[in-house]
Amino acid sequence: MMKAVKTAVLGAVCAGVLGLTAPAEAKTELTMYYPVAVGGPLTAVVDSMIADFEAANPEIDVNAIYAGNYNDARIKALAALNAGEPAQLSVMFSIDIYDLIEQDAIVAFDDVVKTDADKAWLESFYPALMENGRTLGKTWGVPFQRSTIVMYYNKDAFRDAGLDPEHPPATWDELAEMGKKLTTDDRWGVMIPSTGYPYWMFGALTKQNGQVLMDADGKETYFDDPAVIAALDYWRALATEHKAMPEGTIEWGTLRQNFLEGKTAIMWHSTGNLTAVKKNAGFDFGVAMLPASVQRGTPTGGGNFYLFKQSTDAEKAAALKLVKFMTSPERSAQWSMETGYIGISPAAYQTQALKDYVADFPPAAVARDQLEFATAELSTYQTGRVRKLLDDAIQAALTGAKSPEAALTEAQAEADRLLKPYR
Amino acid sequence: MTAHRRTLIHGWLLLLPAAVLLVGFTHYPAVATFLDSLFSTGTVIRPSRFVGAGNYRLLLDDPVFAKVLLNTVLFALGTVPAAIALALVMALWVNRRLPARGLVRLAYFTPTILPMIAVANIWLFFYTPGIGLLDQIGARFGLPGHNWLGDTDTVLGCLMVMTVWKEAGFFMIFYLAALQTLPPELFEAARLEGAGRWVVFRRLTFPLLMPTTLFVLINAVLNSFKLVDHLFILTKGGPDNASNLLLYYIYETAFSFFDTAYAATLTMVLLALLAVLGVGQFLLLDKRVHYR
Repeated sequence: MMKAVKTAVLGAVCAGVLGLTAPAEAKTELTMYYPVAVGGPLTAVVDSMIADFEAANPEIDVNAIYAGNYNDARIKALAALNAGEPAQLSVMFSIDIYDLIEQDAIVAFDDVVKTDADKAWLESFYPALMENGRTLGKTWGVPFQRSTIVMYYNKDAFRDAGLDPEHPPATWDELAEMGKKLTTDDRWGVMIPSTGYPYWMFGALTKQNGQVLMDADGKETYFDDPAVIAALDYWRALATEHKAMPEGTIEWGTLRQNFLEGKTAIMWHSTGNLTAVKKNAGFDFGVAMLPASVQRGTPTGGGNFYLFKQSTDAEKAAALKLVKFMTSPERSAQWSMETGYIGISPAAYQTQALKDYVADFPPAAVARDQLEFATAELSTYQTGRVRKLLDDAIQAALTGAKSPEAALTEAQAEADRLLKPYR
Repeated sequence: MTAHRRTLIHGWLLLLPAAVLLVGFTHYPAVATFLDSLFSTGTVIRPSRFVGAGNYRLLLDDPVFAKVLLNTVLFALGTVPAAIALALVMALWVNRRLPARGLVRLAYFTPTILPMIAVANIWLFFYTPGIGLLDQIGARFGLPGHNWLGDTDTVLGCLMVMTVWKEAGFFMIFYLAALQTLPPELFEAARLEGAGRWVVFRRLTFPLLMPTTLFVLINAVLNSFKLVDHLFILTKGGPDNASNLLLYYIYETAFSFFDTAYAATLTMVLLALLAVLGVGQFLLLDKRVHYR
């Protein structure tokens, strides 16, 4: 009797398990983590794009999980993987690539793409946006939400100072010169933020001075290069010598408010702020490329798609399909208009929707045009530590605690120590 | 089963729930953290290995660690006595018969209700150069603006002022409660003897409040090590680590640098510091506290 009951129960449990798993096998389930790093209801935009994808691909079920900022997204995705929870793909910071490779968490897209069409798709993006996604001869990250730094300027302030509002500073000398003229008792000429992401702003200055901050393998940094030191000298001189910028560090988080209240005539900031500035500026403003020393330059920024290693081939194929959908010209155009992020491929700017938007609002094209001069964002092995070394050096120089040369030489020595095991 | 044995089992069973929670969430993590601190951080490519005191030797050569330790001590010295003194003054003030006493008490307590993140966002705009409240008030009196959070000399002081403002109201509540339990006959007697206000405070009120002061002091010291929420909003430890505190450095090391072993080592330092301070306060001050 007892045995019969047991068998019956066991049979029922088995049937239940089979019954539950049967439909799940028919569908491929994907879990995707994604961060939101700028303001606005962007989760709704992502959700609607995912819904469109599921409608077009009924055999794939996507579970898109909003995971906070870039740091949170990386921590949550890696924690999920460590705990054995399924996750097949994720949007994460483009500069997390070396950490993710070192954790053995991701696969290269080259190992997943099969057809020539897929291979051509991997080549369809702006080359500057691929720099942070490629290393060891492979492509690990595909661009999704990407930005650059641009210069926002207050045209009313330019008129007030007797400057031509259609001629924003195009060189370092002009920036210093105009910055000085724009500075009054009640207003600063220029502000470049130096908290939050100082290494990012500095990447623009060094590129403009003809030098990048690291090699393409993430194993060398060039912090003590003369052109890099000269770039930090210039940044500091804007405050100390030209008196066009406040001394000390400038807060990333409140800078936009400073600009909107007319307390600075020029600010350098992410393109991600474009929509917010457009909505809130009570004055005539312009957006321009960053000025040049020997050339123009800006680092790219933002998030890439990564594929996780712990997944079946079927899941990888489905994940690839999703990434291709999300990075298609139409989706990229939609994403760009809703956020201010760059359209990631030339084809995105050929879509009618984005063409119309750019014609109506020319500043939206500045970031794209600047891509020609863009370089990778600082990213190395041990990237968190190396980045902090540079951040601290920049802040030490800007607050006058150390000379730019001393600060950067120390940072380079320490970075060498950290990166030595990888060379 | 003897009666003694039954009492013993009974006792242990009563202790069990608390003991399980205490071991699971306090003692086990502390021991695990200590063990982690003896190993190197493992990645898939380079597995973790035993390094003994290696991580602790790294501490000695880490200039940032020296800086955050000094900052943490300064932060505690700057916030704890000030917050307690302010709390006591506020409590004495609102313990008297005032018009709208309830409102004043509520006003003093409001900062405590706010989350630290919200407070930091408010104070960020107090301190912002040019458009901030501080600079706008200064401008009325013809003072030049100052880059409060962007200057290595002022940033830590700015954080201290904000923390005192946030914490004092909370401690005031304890003092207020204690003040209301003090026996009025002692004060009447003192008045009959002709004691002045200061003498009453110094010889009567303050000594009677000592148990509360000890309690508040221990909490204030622990809080000064535990409160770092505001750093995420205000400075991220900058400029150049001028406002970086030990706990925030632990967070950075663990979640930004992924160096879990070194983070565990730093955590052991924090644990040791807190243990020494906690025990020290009880041993030193307990003798001087007058309990009824």
